[in-house]
Amino acid sequence: MRIAVCVKAVPSAGSGARLDSASKRLDRSGDLGLSEYDTHAVEEALRLRGDDGEVVVVSLGPERAADALRKALAMGADRSVLVSDAGFEGADLVLTARALVGALERESPELVLFGQQSPDGNGACLWAAVAEKLRRPVVSQAAELAVEGGALRAKRQTEFGYETLRAPLPAVVAVSEAINEPRYPSLKGIMGAKSKPQEVLAAGDVGGAGDPVTTVLALTPPPARGESRRIEDDGNAAEAIVEFLAEKRLL
Amino acid sequence: MKALVFLEHHGDALSRASLGVLAKAQSLGDATGVVLGSGVRAVAESAGGVVWVADDARLDAPLPQPRVDVLAQLVRDEGFDAVLFAQSVLAADVAAGLAARLDAGLNWDLVEVEERDGALVGTRPALGDTVYVETSWSSRPALAVFRSGTFDGDAAGGAEVRDIPVALEEHSTLVELVEQQAEEAASGPSIEDADVIVAAGRGLGGPEGFGAVEALARELGGAVAATRAVVDAGWYPYSTQVGQTGKTVSPKLYVAIGISGAVQHKVGMQRSGTIVAINKDPHAPIFDFADLGVVGDLNEIVPKLTELVRARRS
Ligand SMILES: Cc1cc2nc3c(=O)[nH]c(=O)nc-3n(C[C@H](O)[C@H](O)[C@H](O)COP(=O)(O)OP(=O)(O)OC[C@H]3O[C@@H](n4cnc5c(N)ncnc54)[C@H](O)[C@@H]3O)c2cc1C
Ligand SMILES: Nc1ncnc2c1ncn2[C@@H]1O[C@H](COP(=O)(O)O)[C@@H](O)[C@H]1O
Repeated sequence: MRIAVCVKAVPSAGSGARLDSASKRLDRSGDLGLSEYDTHAVEEALRLRGDDGEVVVVSLGPERAADALRKALAMGADRSVLVSDAGFEGADLVLTARALVGALERESPELVLFGQQSPDGNGACLWAAVAEKLRRPVVSQAAELAVEGGALRAKRQTEFGYETLRAPLPAVVAVSEAINEPRYPSLKGIMGAKSKPQEVLAAGDVGGAGDPVTTVLALTPPPARGESRRIEDDGNAAEAIVEFLAEKRLL
Repeated sequence: MKALVFLEHHGDALSRASLGVLAKAQSLGDATGVVLGSGVRAVAESAGGVVWVADDARLDAPLPQPRVDVLAQLVRDEGFDAVLFAQSVLAADVAAGLAARLDAGLNWDLVEVEERDGALVGTRPALGDTVYVETSWSSRPALAVFRSGTFDGDAAGGAEVRDIPVALEEHSTLVELVEQQAEEAASGPSIEDADVIVAAGRGLGGPEGFGAVEALARELGGAVAATRAVVDAGWYPYSTQVGQTGKTVSPKLYVAIGISGAVQHKVGMQRSGTIVAINKDPHAPIFDFADLGVVGDLNEIVPKLTELVRARRS
């Protein structure tokens, strides 16, 4: 099966993601890594690919994002397509969807997978915009996924319990992080990734950029919160917790 | 401002979160609600004011794409300045689909909205709520999804219902709801009434990790809760899940073990009296809202803590 996986390069955990006060955008100058959430989508694609299938990872991001995409290739994806163009800087939901759809239309995959959410944007809804522009059925939050006879079946959690949904292919599916345990790239995978094709597309290749229709006006500090305490476990953390609970009269 | 509010219903009740957004929108100007489903006239009437209703068998399943079709037509016919949603799995997918259909701006996870010089301005916490972002729209309509629990409202009753037509696009009708499974009955003590909750996440490493968590909960006289990540993976029952798609709790003490503190978990427990978090990652977002944050390995700390509490009790 031909599967495209939309993945995002995000500031690496611990690199102290921050918003740039001048541009009011996420500061992407530090290390970028493949979003953890998206490794689950890559894993699922590899599981569903089959012997004669292909997994291509598709992303919108700065040129440096190509390095983060290589992790997906090291896991086993076949190639990557990165849309990178100044015209997409500060892209909002609709503009991001437009860029990805432009790239996906060149691929005509039977299945487009998404991760559960991006740790920085955290919209957990991009798939619905992409599916709408592709005019394909969409299923989100899939915690179990099976493909058989040109259709998919997914189980997912909503506010009211679990649902089982069915849809014909081609389709768009966002998977929850509970769907699988992503593999770690093997040494062989990491070496092999270096020679896999990594394509970079400009705005012109995906039907052109445009202007975002949402704007950040200002950044403000969050409301003050009460006093809080932080300790590092030096072997006495349990004692410190008990003391804290006793002090708060919670024991 | 002329706003349309997506009123979500479950069974014969409208969601309190979406009624809260309606009340907020009414305070800003001319706001009407919209209810989409099958056999929903009575539930639509339970709201106040004017409510648009599409009552059609093809809208019975809680799926987003047919709803996008109906809302897009309504927006084109009526010319709303804003379409507002209360966060839910369904609402997020409807809002994003509608944004793509109309090429309209969508801001999500908002905790406030106001009108400033004739334009809407929304407030959105970002990066684990460490910074607040003021955001605006240059499209009409402006689309917004509000964070769970931001506004809660009640059904005023006696709404004037206006019927709207249903015409669906082909691609919107392809997903089929095969089965719905309501929540299974809880076995242990219910987390909704507990004074103490010991909650655990993926940091446990596997379902067997819950043994130590249950032991601590027993000593503290509390109930055990879990994150969606471990519930969806089958490690613990759904009835114990805290968060956006689980329960909202406010115990006196919430001990979060191996939980990163994602906003969808936070909205279910942030009103707890005292929050203690144990996590080995010093950058985990949960430390930004815990009263006591302990950076360390839960496998070391939890058994010791259980012993100490037991010793103190006896
Ligand atoms: C629409 C939607 C609805 C959602 N609804 C919910 C909901 O209702 N409830 C919910 O909980 N989530 C919900 N989520 C998921 C949420 O976004 C997070 O993905 C989830 O809460 C993460 O669960 P976690 O903290 O257990 O796992 P992780 O994010 O993987 O965190 C595990 C943590 O354990 C720590 N850890 C690992 N090993 C150790 C160790 N030995 N000692 C100490 N710490 C350790 C790690 O540092 C990490 O911080 C929802 C998401 C979406 C998109
Ligand atoms: N810039 C991007 N490029 C490719 N895929 C993305 C991008 N941003 C988000 N995604 C995908 O959309 C999912 C949801 O992201 P979000 O809606 O931002 O929370 C992620 O898990 C990714 O699969």
